[in-house]
Amino acid sequence: MNAVVEARRNVRVTLRVNGEQTEVLFAPYKTLLEVLREEMNLTGTKHGCELGECGACAVLLDGVPVLSCLVLAIECEGRSIETVEGLARGSELHPLQAAFADLGGTQCGYCTPGILMTAKALLDKEPDPGRERIREAISGNLCRCTGYLQIYESIEEGARRMREEAK
Amino acid sequence: MMRLPWFRHHAPDTLAEAARILAGEGPNAMLIAGGTDLLPNMKRRHQSPSALISLARVEGLKNISNGSGGNGEMRLGAGLTLSDVVHCAAVREKYAGLYQAAAQVATTHLRNMGTLGGNLCLDTRCNYYNQNYEWRKAIDFCMKKDGDICWVATASKRCVAVSSTDTAPALIALGAKVRLFSATGEREVTVADLYNNDGMDYLTRRPDEILTSVLLPAASGWNSSYWKLRRRGAFDFPVLGVAAAVKTASDGTVEEARIALGAVASRPFLVEKAGGLLVGKALTDDAIAEAGALVASRAKPMDNADLDIYWRKGVVSSFVGYALREIRGDDMRVTRLRIARHAL
Ligand SMILES: Cc1cc2nc3c(=O)[nH]c(=O)nc-3n(C[C@H](O)[C@H](O)[C@H](O)COP(=O)(O)OP(=O)(O)OC[C@H]3O[C@@H](n4cnc5c(N)ncnc54)[C@H](O)[C@@H]3O)c2cc1C
Ligand code: SF4
Ligand code: FES
Ligand code: FES
Repeated sequence: MNAVVEARRNVRVTLRVNGEQTEVLFAPYKTLLEVLREEMNLTGTKHGCELGECGACAVLLDGVPVLSCLVLAIECEGRSIETVEGLARGSELHPLQAAFADLGGTQCGYCTPGILMTAKALLDKEPDPGRERIREAISGNLCRCTGYLQIYESIEEGARRMREEAK
Repeated sequence: MMRLPWFRHHAPDTLAEAARILAGEGPNAMLIAGGTDLLPNMKRRHQSPSALISLARVEGLKNISNGSGGNGEMRLGAGLTLSDVVHCAAVREKYAGLYQAAAQVATTHLRNMGTLGGNLCLDTRCNYYNQNYEWRKAIDFCMKKDGDICWVATASKRCVAVSSTDTAPALIALGAKVRLFSATGEREVTVADLYNNDGMDYLTRRPDEILTSVLLPAASGWNSSYWKLRRRGAFDFPVLGVAAAVKTASDGTVEEARIALGAVASRPFLVEKAGGLLVGKALTDDAIAEAGALVASRAKPMDNADLDIYWRKGVVSSFVGYALREIRGDDMRVTRLRIARHAL
């Protein structure tokens, strides 16, 4: 059956963000990035170019890294959305976050949420990826501070800690 | 924030329903698949469709059928993401050129979102067009959107925006066809015939048609390759795409060959005579150089994309050489790494 949303009328949609269902009211032209930041106050996901050219807005949709600036929020009903806010376990950082903090994988921090989510998706599938795989996975995330080397090292260290934990 | 304009949004489940809605909404409606081309364009007000018809929920658009007809053909649904295409083992094995093209589109995130159908219907690009509304207004609009002059070629009567799809030249070299579905029927056209050499009216698809699948002919005896020129190893659209497919006999004689170019005109196109030039010969260095020179003479890049146009034209014959040498079986890994910045 066709689901129609008329123009110039807000829509009420149930979104599942970080495992929690929330009913949100928004204008149908809003992107997932706009709804996360403006309607749900989840400002961890960063707003960069808005045109797909930087990766700052990356989130996981059904476990897959996508750019939230180019996803219509109305098309996300019933899908699992993961953002950087869902990474920490209570007051304890996720091993990837801790590794980024320890190894200087984050400087200004603007690219960090997008890279953390992209790296998490990779490590969920491949617990021990080589440098090449990491490079490929985050080739859509621009960082203007670190020169990427610390980021690769942080992901490798995060992966090591996650494997350690899984033992 | 660059906000999207208002639109009516439809999310049909079936192809028949999608086609009926598309016909009913008329030419101001647009289809949206991955949205990775359309949404940036809508943010820049290149397109302001009255309605969007989402293909995301439409059944059957993600099917892959590999040789089920017994004739070795392969059919790929238009709704498959480029990541789906890249990870399809049969595509890598049988249609290397398509794999190499899909794997070089944009970035991993965009390939997770963007579809094969959307890639084939990608809007043409130009430095004077892919700008936000205020930028375009400031220099006065061009004829592709809101104005009546072409800033690239001011005497030109037509827009020369560049076809920038990576998969289309690869599919043209492979001799692929697409299926178009509408409320009034269905038809198949070759990928080459899907395009007009016009930056504005760049598709021969009617506004009420939905591209549903890509049909690849049997691959036995064929080898293919795709080489892309761009500034960075990720993100950037092609400023040159060279695709080749060659069928050789067991003694190495070329039986059939096709070479196609992307990003050097408003459409991707087959270089008609290049294939014929190779037939009956082995892929020797001389034959390859001859084909390279012929193909280069057909490339007419315009000064509306990244990189210097003389250089972009100057490297065409080298790129033809890379593609044909890879097909010949030369070890091109070092060159590939230098050009693509990753293994393919
Ligand atoms: C930063 C960036 C870099 C990029 N780099 C590249 C690149 O290097 N190479 C490249 O080729 N592309 C590139 N792209 C463009 C785009 O991501 C891809 O071409 C993608 O495959 C488009 O598919 P989509 O499903 O997202 O299309 P959409 O945006 O959903 O649609 C694109 C167009 O096709 C139409 N359409 C979509 N599906 C169908 C269908 N089934 N039938 C009929 N019409 C349809 C839409 O109406 C629209 O006009 C890039 C994009 C960005 C933002
Ligand atoms: S080629 Fe000319 S008309 Fe076409 S988009 Fe560029 S400036 Fe505009
Ligand atoms: S904000 Fe989405 S890619 Fe830059
Ligand atoms: S840490 Fe500043 S952009 Fe990456």
